[in-house]
Amino acid sequence: MQRTRVVSFEETRRKHGLTVLSVLAVLIIIMFIISVNTGYIRLTPLELLNTLFGKGTDKQELILFQFRLPRIVISILIGAALAVSGAVMQGVFRNDLADPGILGINAGAGLMVMLMVSFYPTTSAAPVYLLPVVAFVGAAFTAALIYSLAYKRHQGIAPIRLLLTGVAVAAGMSAAMIVLTLRLDPDKYQFVATWLAGSIWGTSWKFVLSLLPWIVILLPYVIYKARVMNVLNLGEQTATGLGAHVTREQFRLLAAAVGLAASSVAVSGGIGFVGLVGPHLARRLVGPKHQLMLPASALLGALLVITADTIGRRILQPSEIPTGIVVAVIGAPYFLYLLARTKS
Amino acid sequence: MNQQAVSRNGLDQRAEPLKLRSRPWAATLILIGGLIALALGIAVSVSFGAADIKLSVVWTAVFHFNPDITEHQIIRELRLPRVLGGVMVGASFAVAGAIMQGMTRNPLADSGLMGINSGAGFALAICFAFFPNLSFMYLILYSFIGAGAGAGIVYGIGSLAKGGLTPARLVLAGAAFSALLSALSEGVALYFKIGQDLAFWYAGGLAGTKWFQLQVMSPWVIAALIGAIILSRSITMLSLGEDIARGLGQRTGLVKLAGALVVLVLAGASVAVVGAVGFVGLIIPHLTRYLVGVDYRWIIPCSAVLGALLVVGADLTARMINPPHETPVGAIIALIGVPFFLYLARKERREL
Repeated sequence: MQRTRVVSFEETRRKHGLTVLSVLAVLIIIMFIISVNTGYIRLTPLELLNTLFGKGTDKQELILFQFRLPRIVISILIGAALAVSGAVMQGVFRNDLADPGILGINAGAGLMVMLMVSFYPTTSAAPVYLLPVVAFVGAAFTAALIYSLAYKRHQGIAPIRLLLTGVAVAAGMSAAMIVLTLRLDPDKYQFVATWLAGSIWGTSWKFVLSLLPWIVILLPYVIYKARVMNVLNLGEQTATGLGAHVTREQFRLLAAAVGLAASSVAVSGGIGFVGLVGPHLARRLVGPKHQLMLPASALLGALLVITADTIGRRILQPSEIPTGIVVAVIGAPYFLYLLARTKS
Repeated sequence: MNQQAVSRNGLDQRAEPLKLRSRPWAATLILIGGLIALALGIAVSVSFGAADIKLSVVWTAVFHFNPDITEHQIIRELRLPRVLGGVMVGASFAVAGAIMQGMTRNPLADSGLMGINSGAGFALAICFAFFPNLSFMYLILYSFIGAGAGAGIVYGIGSLAKGGLTPARLVLAGAAFSALLSALSEGVALYFKIGQDLAFWYAGGLAGTKWFQLQVMSPWVIAALIGAIILSRSITMLSLGEDIARGLGQRTGLVKLAGALVVLVLAGASVAVVGAVGFVGLIIPHLTRYLVGVDYRWIIPCSAVLGALLVVGADLTARMINPPHETPVGAIIALIGVPFFLYLARKERREL
């Protein structure tokens, strides 16, 4: 009797979760269509279809394939990647405040970008193509530095130690950035500030290609590890008792999360909020089981960034609001609303 | 492999009660030694600067003030308020951080989590953008109002839901609302191109501290510090977990409200005067907990002393590095704090 009830509860939750996932997917498609239509030159849905199947004018094809599509694809990819990366961080650290920034990814990338901009003579074309590389190197290097600083022989890695080390290193880098900020000339500062606020400016297929391998490999890998993450969530001792190789799994998951976040940050700048709020939203919509929660995070993150990017392009035409700002402005109120409504 | 891990955990558990004990003798030592070091630090800080002044002159300037001597004027009008401001701000941020970490049981918590820093930052961004000619006093006033509004909204949203204000909810509401406010200020700053001015204010500097600010702030800060010490016993209980605290007969809702008010006054006043020197509130409570154990009756006063010491020291360093220019205090604090914090993170076992 008792048992059937438990099973049916699981079943309803799964069904509910699948409904949520499909609703999110439909919303992303709708947003996609709206986003393609948003911009200085508008394309009607019919023109869009025509252009997609190769029957549009040259101008329409240029706009769609060279400007809008890569940008939209990028925003979907980084949204998904950052949200899943945040979900992994929150799962491994078992801390609600964890996000990709915890391993210093934003700080590392930001510091490198700032260093480069402040020592590069002009903001000409060269650094724009170098920037993602530099940002990625900074992010990955910082994550590795934090991990090795927190590593202790015989004890491996304890989440709490990693967390505190991460906070400290990130604070140090922010301090260095403040010092650099003050001696930067205003034009360059404006450039760096826009970068830090998070804006999707890599709008060519080159960036999509550089992003794609990370996401195609790491996203399925993390979702495949969902069951391991469920076990890790029970606490280290329980997980060890259940036969999980805790340290090894933690390392693999964190490495995957760093790869996802660093490749996204390189293209988009500091859209950190997605990684914090995406997983929480997902958890509130589909429950804590990672099999559902991770895909839901990915979809939510993608939806959030594509929506934010569309709004950011729309409001102050022809200038743009950095996507990171819009993400926080639309994501935070919804999150606060959910927080006030649901029981923890 | 598993067996090994389990037995190691067993060892940990046996060692834990020892770790949990508070260390009153260490705390007393820190209080006394810290106060002496603080007095020395103040003396050095007052005598050292662009114009070097002998300690004996400092003494006479304080106790036999003669307005005709320039050095006395420098000490009275520039150096003393600055160093006292440093003491006040350091103690405030450290105690506010300790209370936040105790209440939320989250090692990453500090006063910024109550929406205080971001509220003040947003108010400042609005002021810089729309009322660029505002006087210093009004800037401080508005940034305090911003801090208060930020904290009030975070607290309100956190306690709106059924089941009241849980630590998890406070932390999440704080993080989300802070992110929202920071994004808005960033947007305003980018649009009006005032980012660099804001960054300079925000980086924190004690240079402009005036007697007048100290007069306005100090009664509140002192009252809040006393309040924190009165609350410290309840916060120790709360840090064991809400259920345990309630089981011990505590009215947790009341304690949390009082704690939030104390944090608001301490951090709000400090942010308004010097900007966000956030790292103090994060690092000092951890350091203190490592030194004196888990009893907040000792953590809170020791945090106050150590926080004051750190800020005074950092301010002194900030003036020494590249005279007569000043480096932002926030950067120096991070510079001193980070290696130390890294060391602690390696040593420490129990975090709260």
